[in-house]
Amino acid sequence: MERNSAGESEPVKGTPLASKETDGSLFRYRRLWTSIVISTSLVSLIPLLIMVVVNYYQYQKAFNEEVKQPLRMLASNAQRSLRFLINERQSFLDFIIHNTSFEELNDQAGLTKVFRNLKKTHDDLVDLGVIGARGRQRSYVGPYSLKNKDYSQQDWFKQAMLQGRAVSDVFLGYRKFPHFVIAVRALNNDGEAYILRATLNAEVLGGGIGRHREAQDIFVVNREGILQTPSKRYGKILSKAAIKVPPAAQETRVVEERDDKGHIRILGYGYIKSTPFIFMVVEQRDTLLTSWFDLRNKLLWFLGLSILVIVIVILVGATYSVNRIREADNKRLEVLHKVEYTAKMASVGRLAAGVAHEINNPLAIINEKAGLLDDILLTAEDFPYKSKFQKTVKPILDSVERCARITQRLLRFAKHIDVRREQIQLEYLLREVLSFLDKECTYRSIDVIVDVQDGVALIESDRGRLQQVFLNIINNAIGAVEDGGRIHVLIAREGDNHVSVTIRDNGVGISEENRQHIFEPFFTTKEKYGTGLGLSITYGLVEKLGGKITVDSQVGEWTKFTVVLPIVPEDDNGREGKHANSAG
Amino acid sequence: MEERASMRILLVDDEPELVFTMQERLELRGFTVDAVTSGKEALQRIDDNPYDVVVVDVKMPGMGGGEVLTSVRESHPSLPVILLTGHGGSGDEGEEHMLRAACAFLYKPVKIEKLIETMKGCVGEQSDG
Repeated sequence: MERNSAGESEPVKGTPLASKETDGSLFRYRRLWTSIVISTSLVSLIPLLIMVVVNYYQYQKAFNEEVKQPLRMLASNAQRSLRFLINERQSFLDFIIHNTSFEELNDQAGLTKVFRNLKKTHDDLVDLGVIGARGRQRSYVGPYSLKNKDYSQQDWFKQAMLQGRAVSDVFLGYRKFPHFVIAVRALNNDGEAYILRATLNAEVLGGGIGRHREAQDIFVVNREGILQTPSKRYGKILSKAAIKVPPAAQETRVVEERDDKGHIRILGYGYIKSTPFIFMVVEQRDTLLTSWFDLRNKLLWFLGLSILVIVIVILVGATYSVNRIREADNKRLEVLHKVEYTAKMASVGRLAAGVAHEINNPLAIINEKAGLLDDILLTAEDFPYKSKFQKTVKPILDSVERCARITQRLLRFAKHIDVRREQIQLEYLLREVLSFLDKECTYRSIDVIVDVQDGVALIESDRGRLQQVFLNIINNAIGAVEDGGRIHVLIAREGDNHVSVTIRDNGVGISEENRQHIFEPFFTTKEKYGTGLGLSITYGLVEKLGGKITVDSQVGEWTKFTVVLPIVPEDDNGREGKHANSAG
Repeated sequence: MEERASMRILLVDDEPELVFTMQERLELRGFTVDAVTSGKEALQRIDDNPYDVVVVDVKMPGMGGGEVLTSVRESHPSLPVILLTGHGGSGDEGEEHMLRAACAFLYKPVKIEKLIETMKGCVGEQSDG
């Protein structure tokens, strides 16, 4: 007779589900991780980026202003000095024409004297001439023989005759070198107009500009855009400058514009009043902004480094936090499983004990009554049906014994008396499990077939847990099939070291999506009466036994659960449980 | 079938059909057997008669086997008590305690031979000790 010394079988200790998460729950944590990373990144990076962008534009603006200032100064100074230079020469001519008689100027010797005096102070003076109202040069002093040359068609001549004074564009003229003309008009004693004309070397325009940097291109153009002095970048003297004439303005201006290649250049310019000249200074912005670029690079480096540090901190932090959350969740689940499992087993145990007790008592009466009958028959004298009676009593006693075994088995099953590793014949174990479900299968005409392939060995495992595993799976299969459905259990050898048990039903099937979550805790399709723990506990039990459980299905056709178990567990998963000792 | 009829036995079970049939069967085997159907009655009989062994059902209305056992342990420390139960072991906290106090624990239904063997064991233990 067996007796359970502790009266307590142990539930699964340390449910192994925690060690294995399904894809779905991993995805959940990955999503949590992603949202933490994104939200903290946004919160920390956006202010940083805003600050950097604002600073960037402020610095850029400040630097832009700063580089324009010297150009403005240069253009303004040059405008004034060129204006002064031309004014001064005009004033001289004015002074001469009003303080020297026409006769003296008209006279070759007189003009030569004036020219020599002027030449002493004005080196840029090339020649000097007096031109009559009709445009013919009446007297001339200079390196060429230009007496009697006709200037009547020249613009400056016409302008001087009309307005009293004129400054010409730079031109090559008869002399074949760049020069320009300054002319003033006066009336002689006869009231006839005449013009005093001086020719100046065009180089003088490049004079009074003052100091400037190598990178600056400084030149003078006329209002048609013809270069009056040579330019480094925009063409030779007297060619059309490769830069547009800027709009007219009284004061000097500094503007930014894009050149043909798309580079930004900064242009300072000033119109020289009463002359055709425009002073221009051009510099590429990039060369002006080198110190800005330095700063900008530092700013970008700082930004990049900050972002890198922040992102690393966020990634490490998020990973750490999510891992902690996951660990906490797993622990919680583990406890829940344990509680659930313990409660379940306890209630099944109570139920089984109650049933056993209720059955055992009447069984004991049958046993005693039949026993008594047997006793009497043994001592009774012969009577007609004696042997018939004896033959009838024997099966009654045998059946009682059989019933007693069933109730004992029920109790053992419910209470997991066998919680240790032992040699198990899978077919026998499965038939034992099926015997508990026999009634429902019969009632619903469900056809259960158990097939065993040749060469399936005994396996070493935990009987109670295996029973729990298969009871759960087969119970699910019964729930999935229609009345009259079919469940096929196949036990087969898997390689040298494993045995597989395949439970295939022709029920409703499980969709791909549900299959992904089927082993997850709390996942259930039986909304009202499922806890969603059954298969997750099953999963944990199989893992604990060193096995693997997989599911495959065709919706509307079949579902197949496959449990692969090691013939001998690799490590010592099966714990030594308390087992029944016997008394009496 | 006639056994050495030296043992005086008290059977206690709330189920009369069971307890009286068992009585009859044991008497057939030559034992002196009393049978009662409640714990209270059992304690009275024990006080009045010198039994060699008591077989008592654990679960009975009113006074159960556990209480009978506890009481007998106080009043007749040397009288062996065998517990009989329909349970396969309930897992109750008291069970272990009872197990220590009882001579043996038998599950219903029990074969008569097994019962006699267990009783003999208990009585022999008692007289040896």
